[in-house]
Amino acid sequence: MQKFNKLKSIPAYLPIVNIDTDMIIPKQFLKTIKRTGLGKNLFFEMRYDDLGKEIKEFCLNQSPYNDSKILIAGKNFGCGSSREHAPWALLDFGITCVISSSYADIFYSNCFKNGILPLILEEEKIKELSEYANRKEEISIDLNDEKIFYGNNEFKFDIDPFKKKCLLEGLDDIALSLKKADKIENFENGLKNTKPWIFND
Amino acid sequence: MSTTLYDKIWNDHLVDQQDDGTSLLFVDRHLIHEVTSPQAFEGLRNSNRKVRHPKLTLAVADHNVPTTDRTKGISDQESKIQVDTLEANCKEFGVQLFGMDDKRQGIVHIIGPEQGFTQPGTVIVCGDSHTATHGAFGSLAFGIGTSEVEHVLATQTLVQKKAKNFRINVNGELPLGVTSKDVILQIIGRIGTAGGTGCVIEYAGDLIRSLSVEQRMTICNMTIEGGARAGLISPDQKIFDYLNGKPMSPKGDNWEKALNYWNSLKTDADANFDKEINLNAGEILPMITWGTSPQDVITIDEKVPNPQSEKDEDKKNSIERSLKYMGLKPDMAATDIKIDKVFIGSCTNGRIEDLREAAKILKNKKISSHVNAIVVPGSGLVKEQAEQEGLDKIFVNSGFEWREPGCSMCLAMNADKLKPEERCASTSNRNFEGRQGRGGRTHLVSPGMAAAAAISGNLDDVRKYQN
Ligand code: SF4
Repeated sequence: MQKFNKLKSIPAYLPIVNIDTDMIIPKQFLKTIKRTGLGKNLFFEMRYDDLGKEIKEFCLNQSPYNDSKILIAGKNFGCGSSREHAPWALLDFGITCVISSSYADIFYSNCFKNGILPLILEEEKIKELSEYANRKEEISIDLNDEKIFYGNNEFKFDIDPFKKKCLLEGLDDIALSLKKADKIENFENGLKNTKPWIFND
Repeated sequence: MSTTLYDKIWNDHLVDQQDDGTSLLFVDRHLIHEVTSPQAFEGLRNSNRKVRHPKLTLAVADHNVPTTDRTKGISDQESKIQVDTLEANCKEFGVQLFGMDDKRQGIVHIIGPEQGFTQPGTVIVCGDSHTATHGAFGSLAFGIGTSEVEHVLATQTLVQKKAKNFRINVNGELPLGVTSKDVILQIIGRIGTAGGTGCVIEYAGDLIRSLSVEQRMTICNMTIEGGARAGLISPDQKIFDYLNGKPMSPKGDNWEKALNYWNSLKTDADANFDKEINLNAGEILPMITWGTSPQDVITIDEKVPNPQSEKDEDKKNSIERSLKYMGLKPDMAATDIKIDKVFIGSCTNGRIEDLREAAKILKNKKISSHVNAIVVPGSGLVKEQAEQEGLDKIFVNSGFEWREPGCSMCLAMNADKLKPEERCASTSNRNFEGRQGRGGRTHLVSPGMAAAAAISGNLDDVRKYQN
């Protein structure tokens, strides 16, 4: 997994609430057996017309937002299905940080597994940062210091320390858990006694 | 200390807990399907890892499979690759698969319970958000992403943080024609699609206890539309009777031991909930959704909302956007909404009781001449049972098409989909923009309401057709 530390970019702003995973990546693109290549279909229905042409008004089709690494959006971002294709599509497009006031649970945890930082900020702060998107000015994020810098301002954000560590070091969850293999084995042995029907041996 | 059912299952599955609360949870049952698993198996292969417990894993192809004649296989190349990939992966890693020609094949959340793979007190996961369905058995069941699927395959555990406890009590009796689908739509309308975020919901109250096992599944299924991680119901005799004798249920001595444990799966009387709400079942009416979010609900007697009467700017814009997409006028009566298609099926309402409910309304009636309607049974076994009861004949005689099992038009990944601006009364669970096909318009309803809409040609009150 790609490590996340510092990020600087002009943010793109999508002022829509409840952006669901069908909007982020519609189902016709879930037929892939790869993790990559989904970026061109990110927000497909909003981004292309019926003939497959880019819709100019849509912000991610405009410069400089087509190069944004940071996406600011309305609350309850990523609701709907569990498809990890949603963060894969964001990542493939180049977005490694999403800013919203809330997320759906599964999407939120999927982000961390893919080196994407989903920041939770208050609505007021989001309004403030969206001005930078409108003015096409850069903002920057320092995960290690837990800070966002914009104009001459800065403020601290909150992030789960373990999730932060995993992002900073690009840690592979599975390898971490396999370090606890003996605990898993102990648990399984206990289970065979207390709930023999689970293994159905 | 007093604990909730969720607390108990959580504690019983803790393999490890870090100081910050990050926990490693043992997973008893893992369901997989073709859409969210290929990248997980690829990950295993790339890092030379095995499936830790193939026997605790069950695979089925459901999202992509055709619901028409299957003898010719899948014509869509990409769908075929995905289904073939699942088959190859299951073979390579030793996982049991219900293939497309197996009569046990069906929607992943329907076959789990059907086979007795789903059991009380277990942790069940699947790379699919509607895994919450299995919570009806008193299991902790939730959807996970593909990286997590890989994690579970490799370690039989999952990294989790504990969620909050949220209880929804529904008491009283449902009026005639009102079903558990209406109950859950009402709940989502009340709490909103983010109302359960960060929570596990326990459904309780005498109405919930009075529901059949399948009706409970409909409620737990749509928990995710209320934003919660999982929804569960304390298991009781109905659940035990349902599971008794199922192919993968515990047998003999193990059955007795399991039963003993299952009987202990109850929230303590004085356990603490972070959130709690109460609903009166007697006040619930047949519901429809009018918009593009499952929280956009009204009763069939009501009118479509008017954005002008909404003060909050965000809400006003969102209503306007939805009405435009849905092609509806503010303040129009729900019963004036004309429909083109009807879909009965999905993991929400594709079980035998759902088909019976719809068939009861359709018996000796014809559907409206401008309506195209399909029934897609949730599994091969549901289909077989329905055919034994003659339900297929009732559907076909009324003008419905009788299809092969799968997800079908619930998400329109196969050939079953809406055309732009086509309007559908659907028993599925999501009415997002484009969910049933680009530009398609979805109204979520119960199976009885879907049948009523098919007959009338517009959304209509099922109580009109109640015999
Ligand atoms: S029926 Fe619909 S909601 Fe259920 S698993 Fe299939 S696609 Fe998902």
